[in-house]
Amino acid sequence: MTQNANEDVIMTNTYEIEAGNFTLAGEAASNIKKLLRQLGIEAKIVRRVAIAAYETEINMVIHSVGGTMKLEITPREIILKARDRGPGIEDIELAMKEGYSTATELARELGFGAGMGLPNIKRCSDKLHLQSELGQGTYLEAKFFL
Amino acid sequence: MQAYYHSVTLDKEKCMGCTNCIKRCPTEAIRVRDGKAHIIAERCIDCGECIRVCPYHAKVAVTDPLSYINEFKYKIALPAPTLYGQFKKLAGIEKVLQGLMALGFDYVYEVARGAEFATEFIKQRMKDQHLPKPVISSACPAIVRLIQVRFPELIPNLIDVESPMEIAAQLAKNEFSNKYGVDKEDIGAFFITPCAAKMTSIKNPIGLHKSNVDGAISILDIYGPLSTVMGNGAFSHNWNSLQKASPTGVSWAKSGGEGRSLDMENHLAVDGIINVIKVLEEIENGKLYDLDFFEGLACIGGCLGGPLVFENNFVAQNRLQKLISKMDAPESLSSDQVKEAMKSCQWKWNKEILPKSVMKLDDNIFSAIKKMEELERIYEQLPGLDCGSCGAPSCRTLAEDIVRGNASEFDCIIKFREKVRILAQEMIELSEYIPTGKEGRLKVEEEKDEN
Repeated sequence: MTQNANEDVIMTNTYEIEAGNFTLAGEAASNIKKLLRQLGIEAKIVRRVAIAAYETEINMVIHSVGGTMKLEITPREIILKARDRGPGIEDIELAMKEGYSTATELARELGFGAGMGLPNIKRCSDKLHLQSELGQGTYLEAKFFL
Repeated sequence: MQAYYHSVTLDKEKCMGCTNCIKRCPTEAIRVRDGKAHIIAERCIDCGECIRVCPYHAKVAVTDPLSYINEFKYKIALPAPTLYGQFKKLAGIEKVLQGLMALGFDYVYEVARGAEFATEFIKQRMKDQHLPKPVISSACPAIVRLIQVRFPELIPNLIDVESPMEIAAQLAKNEFSNKYGVDKEDIGAFFITPCAAKMTSIKNPIGLHKSNVDGAISILDIYGPLSTVMGNGAFSHNWNSLQKASPTGVSWAKSGGEGRSLDMENHLAVDGIINVIKVLEEIENGKLYDLDFFEGLACIGGCLGGPLVFENNFVAQNRLQKLISKMDAPESLSSDQVKEAMKSCQWKWNKEILPKSVMKLDDNIFSAIKKMEELERIYEQLPGLDCGSCGAPSCRTLAEDIVRGNASEFDCIIKFREKVRILAQEMIELSEYIPTGKEGRLKVEEEKDEN
């Protein structure tokens, strides 16, 4: 990297994501959408970020033990950073496959767990970085170019 | 640029400055300032929710008076199918159409017939595999404008086919001018409307440069004179049968009527603007990608529940259903008729639908971010009661208004009370330093003496 990305971050917002709380699921993504719209970001990009944020949030609610989602805005891109505290993804390649899911019975009953989460995030973002360690947690970074 | 026309307006005299409308508005387009409601023109989508909720009837829909039809040499009535559900013990739809002729119209063309053509045009358009799913109905103008204001990301999903009203107006004018050899310029087409949003669409057309409809008369206004002529026994004249629409077209007045007419296996119909917003959020989140067609109608019960109808929407639904079941076997349009209509009218949008970015705080992203931070700071300080006393629907909207320079922190009565209390406290403290009068001085002197 030629420049320090942190220096051009003009806005950061952090959202706490609670594991297993389906009442709150989707709220952070909804707030992100409103925020980007008020900032005047182009509609197409807002939609992509919103879908990625929504899927990320739902993933954290269903699979993780909780974590944070962070939105960073720079003059050139929007970065979505999500970090959870576990349990970690066993096989990232498999998790990225459409239709593959490890969601619980409860999550499926609620209509989640179709195995489209990560593939959807990938499709919506311009750049996706996913890193996970069993027992430690998962870190996701999705970039959207402005 | 010409100011955007709105059918929904305020009768200032009647407005009490209460909080009913500001709370109910789906686009946060109303504020109470100086004791009266103000509609923010750029945000209003003319859905008519405020008309329904105002206890003082201060919110009104401006439509054309019946006498306006006399401005035209030839007058065509375009009744919405909703009109049929307004009458008790109606023998058949034909009676209503004859009644309109008796009121002075020269021709009647059912919008339900226009809906039949619209159904076929939409079917044609849906063959295009590239349309983003779910395809969203554009029949309800309030929902189209809601999408422009609150869901601009979904504009590409809107079906780009004209409304039954616009299609009916064109076909009616063509038919009448061919039949009687008159100039189309001399013909006025008038929509008999259940809603304000349609009136707005005539002045500010959706997907068209100019509407083919020349005016709109509300069902409420025409109901009286129409039921009078219909109740007067035989008409002075018997016109040729005017009824053409089949149950398919008439059903468009009800929620789900459009989706069913399209024979779409996977369609979803939702009525009531708050419900529609919830489902649009789901669509925006990419959750309903497997849905083919979404029909959202702003009013509960669809057009039958419009703010300008006479009869209770549930009663009207029951009546319309009875009328439909009495209708002769549905006669579907022939493919030649559809082709012919496609050639003779503008059935597809020829003007782009643009997002209305009224929600953004500033054109410059840096300034917008600054304002956003300021907004958050102000919001933190507000009580979070969402009481509406400041004139904005919620504390968050007040914070937004303050940042935009349209309101002050002290519009909040809780903040104001706090400020008064602090000031009062300071006054008391300050009063200790006010030089005392004669009595006070004497007291001090007495105290001195004691020492």
